[in-house]
Amino acid sequence: MTNWTEIAKLEDIPRLGSRVLQTDTMNIALFRTASDEVFAIKDACPHKGGPLSQGIVHGTSVTCPLHNWKVDLASGEALGPDEGCTSTFATRVENGMVYLALSESEAAA
Amino acid sequence: MKEKLILVGNGMAGVRTLEELLKIAPDMYDITVFGAEPYGNYNRIMLSPVLAGEKTIDDIMLNDEQWYSDNGIALYKGKAVTEIDRLNKKVIAADGTTADYDRLLLATGSNPFMIPVPGKDKDGVIAFRDINDVDTMLQASKDYKKAVVIGGGLLGLEAANGLMKQGMDVTVVHLLDALMERQLDKPASALLKASLEGRGMNFMMEAATAEIIGNGRVQGVRFKDGSEVEADLVVMGVGIVPNAELAKSAGLHCERGIVVNDVMQTFDPAIYAVGECAQHRGIAYGLVAPLFEQGKVAANQLAKLGYAHYRGSITSTKLKVTGIDLFSAGEFHEAEGDEVMVLQDPASGTYKKLVINDNRIKGAVMYGDTIDGTWYFQLMREGTSIADFRKTILFGQHDLGDAGHGDETRVMSLSNDAEICGCNGVCKGDIVNAISRHGLFTLEDVRAHTKASSSCGSCTGLVEALLASTVGEGYDASPNKQAMCKCTEYSHDEVIAAIKTHELKSMPAVREFLEWKTPDGCAACRPALNYYLLARWPEEYADDAQSRFINERAHGNIQKDGTYSVVPRMFGGLVKPDELRAIADVCDKYAVPEMKVTGGQRIDLFGVHKEDLPSMWKDLTDAGFVSGHAYGKAMRTVKTCAGKTWCRFGTQNSTGLGVQLEELTWGSWMPHKFKLAVSGCPRNCAEATIKDFGVVCVDSGYELHIGGNGGIKVRVTDLLTKVDTEEEVLEYCGAFTQMYREEAHYLERTAPWVERVGLTSIRERLLNDATQRKELYERFKIGQRVSQVDPWKARAEGAERHEFTPLKIAG
Repeated sequence: MTNWTEIAKLEDIPRLGSRVLQTDTMNIALFRTASDEVFAIKDACPHKGGPLSQGIVHGTSVTCPLHNWKVDLASGEALGPDEGCTSTFATRVENGMVYLALSESEAAA
Repeated sequence: MKEKLILVGNGMAGVRTLEELLKIAPDMYDITVFGAEPYGNYNRIMLSPVLAGEKTIDDIMLNDEQWYSDNGIALYKGKAVTEIDRLNKKVIAADGTTADYDRLLLATGSNPFMIPVPGKDKDGVIAFRDINDVDTMLQASKDYKKAVVIGGGLLGLEAANGLMKQGMDVTVVHLLDALMERQLDKPASALLKASLEGRGMNFMMEAATAEIIGNGRVQGVRFKDGSEVEADLVVMGVGIVPNAELAKSAGLHCERGIVVNDVMQTFDPAIYAVGECAQHRGIAYGLVAPLFEQGKVAANQLAKLGYAHYRGSITSTKLKVTGIDLFSAGEFHEAEGDEVMVLQDPASGTYKKLVINDNRIKGAVMYGDTIDGTWYFQLMREGTSIADFRKTILFGQHDLGDAGHGDETRVMSLSNDAEICGCNGVCKGDIVNAISRHGLFTLEDVRAHTKASSSCGSCTGLVEALLASTVGEGYDASPNKQAMCKCTEYSHDEVIAAIKTHELKSMPAVREFLEWKTPDGCAACRPALNYYLLARWPEEYADDAQSRFINERAHGNIQKDGTYSVVPRMFGGLVKPDELRAIADVCDKYAVPEMKVTGGQRIDLFGVHKEDLPSMWKDLTDAGFVSGHAYGKAMRTVKTCAGKTWCRFGTQNSTGLGVQLEELTWGSWMPHKFKLAVSGCPRNCAEATIKDFGVVCVDSGYELHIGGNGGIKVRVTDLLTKVDTEEEVLEYCGAFTQMYREEAHYLERTAPWVERVGLTSIRERLLNDATQRKELYERFKIGQRVSQVDPWKARAEGAERHEFTPLKIAG
């Protein structure tokens, strides 16, 4: 079942930047766009596992720092002509707090 | 209700215009397309490889029917439009279908020119123009043996080559004494003929066709001198004429083609024309690259943006015959007052000729080794002065590195499994397949689809050559003006100038003033803009961390496993025992898995976790180190030799001067990485002549060298000048560095920058104009006041903490 887990204040994530959330099973990258939308995806590029959290954020996509793949933040899909996908997590921003939908095992981190 | 746009002519020029239109105004029109051929849009210039059996029809389809329906376009294929009713704004097709338009786009292409001789309508006499012709030829090659191709130009030779590949016995008949006389000069033409003869092609030169003979089906060709040659198939490949019949019958002004102005509009303002049917400033183009440029302009006008204009094209030619590399462009027959440079090696089948006037290239012909064709073409189009490299220009740009490519210049004779891109492991076959399967025309497209040439870029020349020889003249060579990225139409130079002239001091200001197409740019333009603003307004612009590549944000080099490497600065490569001990202690404390001495005389510590960086930096700054900027587009290192303090050959204090230079320049952000070196004597142990700025000490003073590179493309420096004192060395170094910082494009090393702006121009400004030199030096020092703040110390003391601290789930 899904738990909405409180993660951070919105202001803790820089605009057009990211923070990394460490869980027991994986690193999750949280991105904040120019318009204060927050997206969460597994911090691994579908290409060679590069840390997407370290990339440059533009619009609603991020460019991987290792080989410049562009990944859509909403879907986790590589943008054409590259092909591949990384997992995404639902997010919610309420009263300046960021919440993440995690399964119980991930939330237990 | 939406306006109606009708396209007559379902070929490359028309459909390309629609694609451009859909990109900029996707919902503006209800679009209807009429095409006489029963297919979607295919890549007509790839018919030669289809005939040669190297490609199939499926390979060369550009837009299948799905594309039309996906974009809401009504496609009437196999319906030829026979009438335009301009009064009521409607078109009428042969079968009676009618459609209304608000705007009409004519792209009716061209018809093959059939020589008006008796017998030209016999069975087995065809042109080489469309899929139907190719089918006819393929069938004929199964049933018959002897083919005659009339026309020894581009079209005729490609047809002849294809038929020969299909097993036919082919004779090419040409009216003149040299093949491809419009694209080649006599020596190149002779090399081409010899090479084709070697493959088994027969030629009848200076032969004027009088009659096609035969009862019903063709049996031969008779010439004006009475001689005859047998033929079961005759292909007329002498040329094309613009198809302006429909426009003429509608009363539009036509000459050779449909006359259009600089916005591709005909004399009826509701009607536009693009492609081979259009005549612009007296020229009807028969090549593909100009058609694409026209399509862009027409789309811009149809979208009612109205700022794009077409001013004509300079074209280049390639022959699409596998294994034959030839290239020509511009006016390659010298006129009075022109100079000619020729490099000829008959034994290896290589021939290059450049026609020069006033140090500008007017034309080029190449045979055998054509790898530099795109370079010459670019120099020609941009009108670049070749004064600085006249002596070596015929030997090419040497853009292909010594590393990873061998000395291969004949790309078409390479096998399909030959590796082209050594970084990403992309073979020739992968690239050629991607080009034909996806209908690619630009280097950018090839990079996106194959990754070839997208990393270090040293194989760019090879990829361009492959692109040019695969799509022939359709290759869309780098445009005159290269936009900075997809977010803007403006070039790097225009952006740099606007920032200065209009005093733009923030990234939103630049994007707003220059009408950026994206709200916050992309991973390519953001770091560039950030740099340009920082370089121009060092005291006012606030650096934007989120617009820097991660290395410059984290002040370390990201490695493939996501860890970072740390390089402390050692000024001039000098180091003390305490400092070495401190480095050793840090490595023990943070369990650094590997240490390495670098080529720039520093120590690199690998495998550091990001969270550990600030505390590691604290230990290093406590020991007196500052950041080595080994991760940045920045001044990296000053490499030195022992110098006269110890070396028995040393003429000056090279280590001392190296330390002074590094103290002057450390911390400076640059368009790209920037390396210096000081050698104490001409033996040059510090390798100063492959650095961005190198000093070679001599007994009487200091030689200053600029624009060297030891990487992808080894380039030896140019000698800037010789000075007498260390103070002058520092001043020239600061002034040169600042000129590079202010003028070079982001990610352009000094080597290509020096080649682009010319050594002469740099010398004139630095040597002959002491005021300008001193001003540059002064501006450099102002910038340094801001940038010589150690980023490691700041972060060790808590700056940017969020960058290095992962989030944890509370509880």
